Parts: sequence; C-alpha cells; structure tokens
Amino acid sequence: MRGEQEQSKLFTRRAVIMGVMQTAVLGVLGGRLAWLQVVQGAKYKTLSDKNRINMKMLAPSRGTIVDRYGVPLAVNNQNFRVLVVPEQVKDLKQALLLLQKYIDITDRDIEKVIKESKRSSKFVPLEVKDELTWDEVAKVEVNLPDLPGLSTDSGERRTYPLAEATAHVIGFVGAVNKAEIGEDPLLSLPGFKIGKTGIEKRYDDVLRGEKGTSQVEVNVVGREVRQLDTSKSKPGRRVILSLDGELQRFAQNRLAAERSASAVVMDVHTGAVYALASYPSFDPNAFFSGIPFDIWEELNTDPAHPMINKAIAGQYPPASTFKMVVALAGLRAGLITPGRTTYCNGKYKYGNGLFHCWRPSGHGAVNVEKSLAVSCDVFYYQLATELGIERIAEEARLFGMGEALGFELNEERPGLMPDKKWKLGRTGKNWQPGETIISSIGQGSVLATPLQLAVMVARMVNGGYAVKPWMTADDLAPNAAFKKEWPKMDVTEEHLNIVKKGMVRVVNGSDGTARGSQIKEEGFAFGGKTGTGQVQRITMAQRRAGVKNEDLSWQQRHHALFVGFAPVEAPRYAVSVVVEHGVGGSKAAAPIASDLLLEVQRRKPESSGVTEVMA
Amino acid sequence: MKRGLSLHNEQTLADKVRHINWGFVMLITLVSCIGFAALYSAAGGSFSPWASKQIMRFCVGLVGMFIIALIDIKWWFRLVWPAYFGCILLLVIVEAMGRVGMGAQRWIDLGFIQLQPSEIMKITVVMALARYFHAATIKDMRRIFFLIVPALIILAPVGLVLLQPDLGTSLMIVMAGGAMLFIAGASIWLFILGFGAVAAIIPTYYNFFMHPYQKKRVMTFLDPESDPLGSGYHITQSKIAIGSGGIEGKGFLEGSQSRLNFLPEKQTDFIFTLWVEEHGLFGGALLLVLLALIFYYGIWIATRCRHQFGRLLALGLTVNFSIYTFINIAMVMGLIPVVGAPLPLISYGGTSMLAALASFGLILSCSIHYDSKIAR
Repeated sequence: MRGEQEQSKLFTRRAVIMGVMQTAVLGVLGGRLAWLQVVQGAKYKTLSDKNRINMKMLAPSRGTIVDRYGVPLAVNNQNFRVLVVPEQVKDLKQALLLLQKYIDITDRDIEKVIKESKRSSKFVPLEVKDELTWDEVAKVEVNLPDLPGLSTDSGERRTYPLAEATAHVIGFVGAVNKAEIGEDPLLSLPGFKIGKTGIEKRYDDVLRGEKGTSQVEVNVVGREVRQLDTSKSKPGRRVILSLDGELQRFAQNRLAAERSASAVVMDVHTGAVYALASYPSFDPNAFFSGIPFDIWEELNTDPAHPMINKAIAGQYPPASTFKMVVALAGLRAGLITPGRTTYCNGKYKYGNGLFHCWRPSGHGAVNVEKSLAVSCDVFYYQLATELGIERIAEEARLFGMGEALGFELNEERPGLMPDKKWKLGRTGKNWQPGETIISSIGQGSVLATPLQLAVMVARMVNGGYAVKPWMTADDLAPNAAFKKEWPKMDVTEEHLNIVKKGMVRVVNGSDGTARGSQIKEEGFAFGGKTGTGQVQRITMAQRRAGVKNEDLSWQQRHHALFVGFAPVEAPRYAVSVVVEHGVGGSKAAAPIASDLLLEVQRRKPESSGVTEVMA
Repeated sequence: MKRGLSLHNEQTLADKVRHINWGFVMLITLVSCIGFAALYSAAGGSFSPWASKQIMRFCVGLVGMFIIALIDIKWWFRLVWPAYFGCILLLVIVEAMGRVGMGAQRWIDLGFIQLQPSEIMKITVVMALARYFHAATIKDMRRIFFLIVPALIILAPVGLVLLQPDLGTSLMIVMAGGAMLFIAGASIWLFILGFGAVAAIIPTYYNFFMHPYQKKRVMTFLDPESDPLGSGYHITQSKIAIGSGGIEGKGFLEGSQSRLNFLPEKQTDFIFTLWVEEHGLFGGALLLVLLALIFYYGIWIATRCRHQFGRLLALGLTVNFSIYTFINIAMVMGLIPVVGAPLPLISYGGTSMLAALASFGLILSCSIHYDSKIAR
C-alpha cells in the first residue's frame, strides 16, 4: 500500500505542475491577445480599414454556336473601345476634343461622357466610344502619347454571321433584366449579356461559361492598388446544331419571294432539323447594344410578325394537308379500301347543312388515292361522317398534332386538335356533326404549326416511327437524342403505302394538284400534299358572285400550305411550307417546297453527321 | 500485491447519473455555444451552412458523451488495446486509399461524417499509455527499457500520420505522449535529454524530410513579411483582424475582416480570430477563462481518482485538449507557425467535435467510477 500512496503523491505533484504549466500558457495567450488588441489595436484598426481586397469578376467568353459542318452561326467578335480616366486629364473636355481629331465622335458623345464623369469617382474609366474599327484603334494607339488619360481595350460582341437567316433559331443576347438576376453572380456584372430567345436562351447555361476572379487590393476609396490573384474564367461550351447553314440561308432567301412565310426541312428517320426558316426576319446583330425604340416598335407592329418564329409558333388550319390523317383513320377503321369509291358531285348534304367541294362541278367517282391527288373534299366529308371526330383526333395525335413536340426552342406552340371533350370544356356546348365534316378537311378549329406538319409527313413516310424533331446532339438535349431509336407506331405499312401513293400522285400524276411543281431531275422526284386554309368563311354571296380570293385584301386571303417528302423511292426528307395569305397551296407553297426538296437532296446534309463535327 | 476484480460497491444507474459532474458539462456547453455564435456569424448571420450542422453534431456528441461516461471505466480499460490497434488499422487504410489513387486523403467518408482517424488516434494514444502505465511502479518508471513500449505506442501512429503528410497532428501526438510520460512519473532528465535531441533533429528534418509547403510555412512564420500575399497572408490578416477588434470588439456580425473573406478558413482554423475580432479582449478573455476552468476541473477529477488508469486517463485527456486549444490559439495570433489545427469544440468539423466530446465522456467516466477496482 505504501507504493500506491507514494505513486498517488507523485501523480498529484505532477498534475499540479501540469496545471501550473497550462495556466502559464493561458497567461501567455491572454497576454498576446491583449498586446494585439490593446497595445497594437490602433495600428491594426487602421490596417483593417485601409486594406481591403476586392474581388473583381472576369466575364467568360460565351460559347459559339455552329451548324452541322462547324460553320459559325453565333460567334464573339472583339469590340474595341476607347476609355478615359478623368483624374488623369487636366481638362476632360479638352482631352476629348483632342480625340476628335483622330476618330469620329460627336459633341453629344462628349457631353455624355462629361455628364457621366460627374456622377462617378474620378479614377473610374469611362467609355467614350465602342465598336471602333481597326483603323480607329490604330490611330488612337499611335497617338496615345499625345492623349493622356485615354486608353483602348477590347471586349466581346456577339455576332451572327447569317444575320436574318438564323435570327429566329439562334435568337439573340441582351442585357440581364431584374427578374432574371438569380444565383449566378455573373448576371450582376455590368454589361453582361444572356440569351433572350431561341438557342441562345435555351442553352444559355452551357453557353454562358463560368466566371473567373481577379483579387485586387484596394484602398478605402476603392482604387486598385495591386493585383493579388487571378483565376481565369471558363469559356462556355460550343453548341453544335443539326442545321445546314447553307440550306437555312437558301430557305430564307426563297421565302423572301413572299410577304410572310415559314418552312421546315427535316430528316424523316433521325428527326434532325436541317432548316427552320421564318420570313420576314430581323437582324439580331442590331440588338447587341440596345435597339432604337422606333425600330423595335416597327418590328412588333408589322402584320407579318418579323419577331415571331412562325415555323414553330405560327398555328394554321392544316387544310387539305390534314386529309392523309383522315384517310389513315378510315383505313384503320376498315371504312375504306383502296378500291372503294365515293361519288363527288361538288356538294355534300348533311342535315340542313350544305358542304361544298373546292371544285364546284365535282370529281365524279373518287377512291382514296385519287381523293388525295385531286384533293376531293366530298370524299372526306362522307368518310368523316362515318368516322366521327374522336377517331380522327386520335389518328391526328398519333402523327404529332394537337400537342407540343418538346422541341428545343421555347417558342414552340402546341397547335390544336379539337374533340368532343375539348368543345364541351371550352364552350359548354356539345360537338356538332357539321364540325366533324369541316375538321376532316383541316378547317374549323384544327390548328397545326409548320413543324408539326413536317413531323406528320415524316412519320407517314419513315415506315411509321414516332420521330421527333431536334437540333442539338444528345448530351445537350435530353429529350431529343441524336440517332435515337424512335418507337414504332401502331399503324400498318400497307395503309401508309396507300397514303404515300396518293401523295406521290399529287405531284407526279396527271391529275395531281401540284403537278406544276414536279422535279424533273432523275431520282429527285417528290411527293406531298397541297392545302389552302381559309382565313374566313366563304359567304354564299361571294360564292354566287364568283369572287376570286386573290382580289380580296391581303389579310383576307387564304393561307397556302404544302407538306412533302423526297425522294419518292426511299424518303429521307420531310418538308412543310406555309405561305401566309398566299391564296393557294399549289400555286404559292408547292413551288417553294419543290425548290427546298431539290436543294436538300443535292446537299445531302445527313452524310455529314453532327457527331463527326463534335469529334 | 495483487488485487482481484471486486464487484462490491456497485453503483446503480441513478447513482451514476447523480454523480455526473454537471458543472463540467455546463462549461463544455458554454464553450460550444461560443462556437455556434461564431459559426452563425461566419456564415454572415445565418445558421446554414455551418452553425446548424455544428449544433446537430454537438447534440449527437453530447448523448454519446453521456453514454461513454456511464459505462464503467473497467470496460474502457479492457477496450484500450482493440481501440488503439483498430485506429492504427484505420490510419493504414486511409494511407492505402491515398496510395491507390484517391489523392492525399486524411478521412474516410462514412456518409454522415467524414471520419478523420488521426483525430481519434489522439485519444487512443492517451488511452493506450494510461493502460500501459497503470501497472507501472515508481521504480519501473525509472527504468529506460520499461519505456521502450510506450515509445512505440507513440511513434507508430506518429509515423503513419507523418506519411499523410500531416506534420501538425503528428507533433501534437508526440506532445501528448510526452505529457503522458511526464504525468506517469518519468524522470525529469528524460525530458531534458529529449528536448536536446529534438533541437538537434529539427534542422535535419527541415532539410531532408519537409515538403516544400511545410518549409514555406516555417519560413513565413519566422518572417511573415517575406511573403505577405502567399502563405504569410493568413497570419497577417488574422493578426489584423484580432488587433482591429480592440478591447470591446467590433460587435456581433460586424467583423469586417472576416466578413470580407480575408480569412478563407474562418469557420475552421481561424474561428478564434473571428470571435475576438467581433467581441474583442473581453470576449477573448471570457473564452480563455472558460477553457482554464475546464482544464482545472479535469485536473481535479484526475487527482480525485483512486486508480492509476483513471488518473492518467483523465489528466492525459485534459492535457491533450489543452494542447490542441493552445496550438490553435497561438497559431492564429502568430505565435507559432500555421499548422492547420482546429480549435476543439468551437471550429466547424464533425470529427473534431465528436472526438472532444468523447474525451470528455471518458473523463466523466473516470470521475463517476473514481473508486472502481482495476487489476494491475
């Protein structure tokens, strides 16, 4: 027990020593704290006030947008500016007047800079002029010794080489507005631009890139004293589109023959969109540094709607281009066979209603193939009466109508495929059989976008696969994968071939409504369907007086439509053309479709895949 | 003079709860609350991301602490070697994972916490030494060969931590081990010789074994102005922050130096800086006094203990806690080089918080079971 007691005593002794040592160290720490905070407190206080570090954000370079061949559609050009630091000049006005000798600046510009200088600190550089030419930059640079306080720098300016031709697809960038400022601190950077419409908006997050930072030590008033640390910004990713820039330009130029029109060219197998044009258009390059109010007003009040991408946001009655859908519904229901004919005498009576065929004298005995070729209305009036609207609507939805396709541009509209439920919900009234009859020729409440019409044709000629349109490779577009295996639809090859034969006859048959637009070149022949969409009802009085649609005012004329595919033997491309108030599908829309299909068959954009460009 | 394991004098659970040193628990809670306030301020006056998580960990840790405290010290005595070697194994695993290509890594991700084995190692080394010295007589302590095993107990983890490489932690383990030798009764001469040897080894180590970033830290410590924008930047800015706090401090949530992000590690290593910038000398003194009270309470618990294992363990863990506290505070005030050590209970960090509370749980267990009979 003695050992234990001795051990306990030794331990207590050592524990006390430990306690004393801890107290001593705490004393040293407390002393040090007092030294720093009391004795040297004043010195550190001033250091803390004077010495602050500013984080300056460095804007990343925006990702470029290119077509399937890598041809640039949206790039960043250098934007040279001349700046002045007010505190470095004796007399600001004098300095700017001196600058006037070398570059073209107005007295108003000078006034503006002087006004601005009064509002900000004297060391903040002010922009005197931007978008200098190389010549101007060179002149200023060479004469810098005579121009104290002046300097040049270069920023970036978004430029769209194809200008009007891609304005609707690519969209444009603009200054961030208050509602758009979110998590990303970049958005609060002065002069930072983000995508406002089109691809620029849809893929803004990948195009934008990531900020860099530059740590600058600044004094109390915020003047930069020295640079401490920089981390470079990360440029945005390049976005590659399925578009064929040349074809896009070709389409845009071709549409320019009309007052207002749109067109879509796409691949029936992959769903890749090769051209998506809407005329009239606008020059997005003019939007970069703000656009004059009067031009903006004009763009928005023009009845031809240059700001709207009509290829995806224009909703039109599909008119006779809808007849394939009704024919397929009839074949599915077994109500018609290739041989069964309906007699057309130019009129169709139902109840108290009288419905006219477009050809007053009628088409005689008409089977399904001929009904498409000559676009007989009575054939469809009869068939629709037997089918009812529900079966027609179901067939239309199968081919992509009546709802948005999930295309990559946010401006896409869904169109409309009416049925009984829709009518009841919308008006509280029951569906009338007469409405089924006019719906069967794509009139009444039926609406479709040009993109939907192109998809409809694509699904009819690709063997019955539910293809969807897309413009970017799959890592960017989660819902529209590149080279995706599209699901097979519930439709028989036999029925599709009957409809296809009819469409081929529309263009290549001696009685076809679009025979005037045939492509004569070997192997390039195409098929399709014309459509003429009524903008307003043809009154009995007009019918009796034989008023020609061309004689009405532009806004009262019919829309001209054409949907088509090529080549006839092994369809690869689908096209849709809508000419607003173009009077007749065969006259106005079919020739454009013919030109587009010839051009795309010559160019064969599918042979240069998007993936090859990416590698 | 062997004593058997006797089961007489067994306390009930209610007895044990009554014997918990509630004053000690209160002190720990107060210090932790200072940490929560500082973390709230570090996030710019917000519970997320740091304070809320830290409070949660504290609550979990507190429950753990009570459980550890209520378990008989005899059980801990039996668990010493498995705990020690388990920890060594964890260190080896972390080292191996780093080698296999996950980069320099000091922790194992358990999902809810990123476990740093080196933090737990700090406790188990003390436990292992307490166990070893438990059976030692005063005579044993004078024999140099008797000290070979303790030396191995200390040096094995030190070696592994050095490989990580984490110079700061390995030095702290050495210091804790040295303190254990001292309180266990090793000769004073041993320490005089030891300091001499270290003084001789340091230049060699500096020249041949230190990583460039470690050399840089030492150099900037010796002359912070030599690199005011690089490694010395933290020390300089920390001193500016502390000094500018003055006697009364800048006020809660008003620490401009911390607020303006001069201190990249303000929620971890430089949390003391933030606290004294905002609360001045008064706040700093309050914290130091609270810490001193924790130390004294620990020493008191140790001396009251009737078995050598409990004495050594309670005092060893108390000293251990004080070492980390001193190192961190001395570091942020520019007294020693920046080693990257958190301030226990206050700095943001899961393992560090849980390790501290586990230590206090063991100290409390020593206190509750001060009269347990442990075989030699």
